[in-house]
Amino acid sequence: MKLEFEMDTYKSEIKPTWCPGCGDFAVLRALQMAIHTLQLEPWNVVIVSGIGCSSNLPHFLSTYGFHAIHGRALPVAEGVKLANPDLQVIVTGGDGDGYGIGVGHFIHAMRRNFDITYLVMNNQIYGLTTGQASPTSEKGMKTKSTPIEGVIENPVDPISLALASGATYVARAFSGDVKGMAELVKNGIDHHGFSLIDCMSPCVTYNKVNTYDFFRERVYDLQKDGHDPSDMKAAFAKAIEWPFVGRDRIPLGLFYRTEKVPTYEDLEPALKKGSPVRQPLGVEDPDELLSEFL
Amino acid sequence: MAKRDLVFRIGGAAGDGVSSTAESFAKISARSGLHTWTYSSYQSVIRGGHVWTQIRGGLDPVLSHGVDPDVVVCLNQQTMDVHQGQVSEGGAIVYDTDGTKPDPTKLREKVRLLGIPLRKKAQSLSPNALMRNTVALGAAVRLFDLDFRHVESAFKDIWGDKKPEIVQQNIQAAKLGGDAVGEMGGSLNFGLAYPNEPKYLMTGNEAICLGALAAGVKFLAQYPMTPASSILHWMASHGPPHGVVVKQVEDELAAMNMAVGAGFAGVRSMTATSGGGFSLMVEAIGQAGMTETPLVAILVQRSGPSTGLPTKTEQGDLNLALGAGQGDWPRAILAPRNPEECFRLTAQAFNLAEIYQTPIIVISDLYLGEGYRTVEKPDFNVPIVRGMSAANGAEVKDFKRYRLTESGVSPRAIPGMKGYQFVAATDEHMENSELISDVLAGIPEYVTERNRMHEKRMRKLDGLRKDTPPPELWGPEDADLTLIHWGSTWGAAHEAIQNVEGRGIRVNSLEFPTLFPFHTDATLALLKDVKQSLAIEGNYTGQFTRLLRSETGYKPDHFFGKYDGEPFTWRDIADKILEAVA
Repeated sequence: MKLEFEMDTYKSEIKPTWCPGCGDFAVLRALQMAIHTLQLEPWNVVIVSGIGCSSNLPHFLSTYGFHAIHGRALPVAEGVKLANPDLQVIVTGGDGDGYGIGVGHFIHAMRRNFDITYLVMNNQIYGLTTGQASPTSEKGMKTKSTPIEGVIENPVDPISLALASGATYVARAFSGDVKGMAELVKNGIDHHGFSLIDCMSPCVTYNKVNTYDFFRERVYDLQKDGHDPSDMKAAFAKAIEWPFVGRDRIPLGLFYRTEKVPTYEDLEPALKKGSPVRQPLGVEDPDELLSEFL
Repeated sequence: MAKRDLVFRIGGAAGDGVSSTAESFAKISARSGLHTWTYSSYQSVIRGGHVWTQIRGGLDPVLSHGVDPDVVVCLNQQTMDVHQGQVSEGGAIVYDTDGTKPDPTKLREKVRLLGIPLRKKAQSLSPNALMRNTVALGAAVRLFDLDFRHVESAFKDIWGDKKPEIVQQNIQAAKLGGDAVGEMGGSLNFGLAYPNEPKYLMTGNEAICLGALAAGVKFLAQYPMTPASSILHWMASHGPPHGVVVKQVEDELAAMNMAVGAGFAGVRSMTATSGGGFSLMVEAIGQAGMTETPLVAILVQRSGPSTGLPTKTEQGDLNLALGAGQGDWPRAILAPRNPEECFRLTAQAFNLAEIYQTPIIVISDLYLGEGYRTVEKPDFNVPIVRGMSAANGAEVKDFKRYRLTESGVSPRAIPGMKGYQFVAATDEHMENSELISDVLAGIPEYVTERNRMHEKRMRKLDGLRKDTPPPELWGPEDADLTLIHWGSTWGAAHEAIQNVEGRGIRVNSLEFPTLFPFHTDATLALLKDVKQSLAIEGNYTGQFTRLLRSETGYKPDHFFGKYDGEPFTWRDIADKILEAVA
């Protein structure tokens, strides 16, 4: 069967500006593969990002995009979704953007269970600002901003945080496995509810610890390991394997998924009439509205 | 001269029912056909403290909540202590004999003391004493000879058909209060001939909501903050049936960013807050300016700095609105003077936001936002102009979202429009939205490109200046003194002018419904014949006065800044006028 949209349809004319070898290339490719597989109409897709190396991603695809300010991609995306729930809304960004400056929005977007897909290119370092510690930098990691003792804070664990905050699709992918990542992204977009795909995306310039090899030596596939993604308790147990329990085994794949929770859009009363962007403007019966003031 | 208005004040502790009684009285006044104006003085406390509300009703249009009350209801001793000396000659004080005592040495001439066992009378109807405020309300209604049927209709509005027994009990309680006045000498005999034709009564915040609905708003994101919260409350209950998504969010960062997302997606979008929340919004509102995203931001000012006096009024956030966001971006700041203008300018703000694809700020304050005023019936037949859409002509293949144009306005596309895909970027970008910031910045060709794009955006200010309401000069052209002010000061200023007119002092008034972009030429033309001027602002530094000077070179002769948290009264301003012309 001939597909309506070729793979290249989704590419823009703008070439990525990432360093050669950057893990973000794999995420871009995986996202492109996912929307191609789903045959999404590019004009009905909006990719919202924040600020950071990875947040340049919307420019490299041919969909609509909003390249927002630092840490605010999720609320911008929520506004887009509420104005026009018919759009496919995807959010991309880095660990600094989503788990640092924007972590408040991250939690609230998940507890609302918007039908939004969030890809975080997690490289455990601030790249665009040239190598400071990030909220997911491992304890002890020496960076420009932690040159003496290394990082002395505990890292944020996005997987546990997502589970605790009410995300209904929680996965971890790795840029060393584009196909696996594309599958997780595709299923995340397909999922009716908030999906988080934490993409381990090595920074080849500023993070000399969490490299491709670091991950290759430690990752394993949750699904091959027999993990049941409908079991939230089991999901928590898997989530804490890294970085809380240790750093020897890093689970990849789907931690948790449920379709039993209605999305925010399902419950929002104003959306019962359909997409707000298509509603007529103004008030039909002003006298009725004004009667309470008389 | 026969009395043409009445002034009623009620005070007590928070939780005594002061605000609900005041709201009932305001309704009764408006339904009696009086032009009505209220001011509530309250505190950042849920129970206790001292709160009071003043309601003024007039046979002629009233311009402020007035100064001295004719009747004060004291629900506790503190109210008595604070207010008893302010009651006008020929007025009355209603108080609960159970626990409240007047000091007759503090009173003006001919002030009647009506001690009524409010609590006991309320308890005679029901074991709980919650209705003593209603007994007092009935007493006030009788003192002013207002028609009792308006009391019944006000109670029905408040408790509705759902609780008829509560409505009946309160009506009985009010009657007991009225009867008590009857036994104690009857009414004040003001002889006001009430027209009993109902008038529309609303707050500035409600008028903003109505203006937004008339203009077709479809999205409001807001975080609670006094004195803007009533916008969220009213819209949350009234918006959804009109297809308005109303979202209480985690913080004001989210509120502004969601409003940006909704505006980008193509609906008429707004947010509302006070100064503290607006401070959190500044980066995101600049993002809307940079991405050329329409939205309307309502800034209802309260007393600062920082958390300041959360329940008190001020005009101290003009600098914040003028300077919000890093760098320069085109904005308009509209300053309604009264609820009619809250309605009209908010509706217009939505048009301006879409025509110029940039944020429009409507700046109000606690005094205007929360006070009830009678208004002319709002006309919902407002023009709706949605601005330039790419779908109205531009070829898909030539589409450039940020096309360089003379007006600075480029054809707009919204997600879902086939073939017009673009990326709205907060980084500096080119016509096709490709970034200049990353690998092109500093290359001579793109240095020029940056200038072109920045100048394109900023050119919108020329159009905004033409399309926003110009300054207005009210009163005699050959006045001895010109008042210069903005926003809610309007009413008290006009009343002060009327007041000094009686003493042969000719004063006029220069007012600015648009604060930015500044209407320099129009202002200079109006300033030409000004002999002497007095600038009046609710802040310390004269934020508008400084703007006026920077835009025109004109320095007002006198400045009256008020920052005590209380609204201007006509007497405050009249005193300053007399000083200025002395």
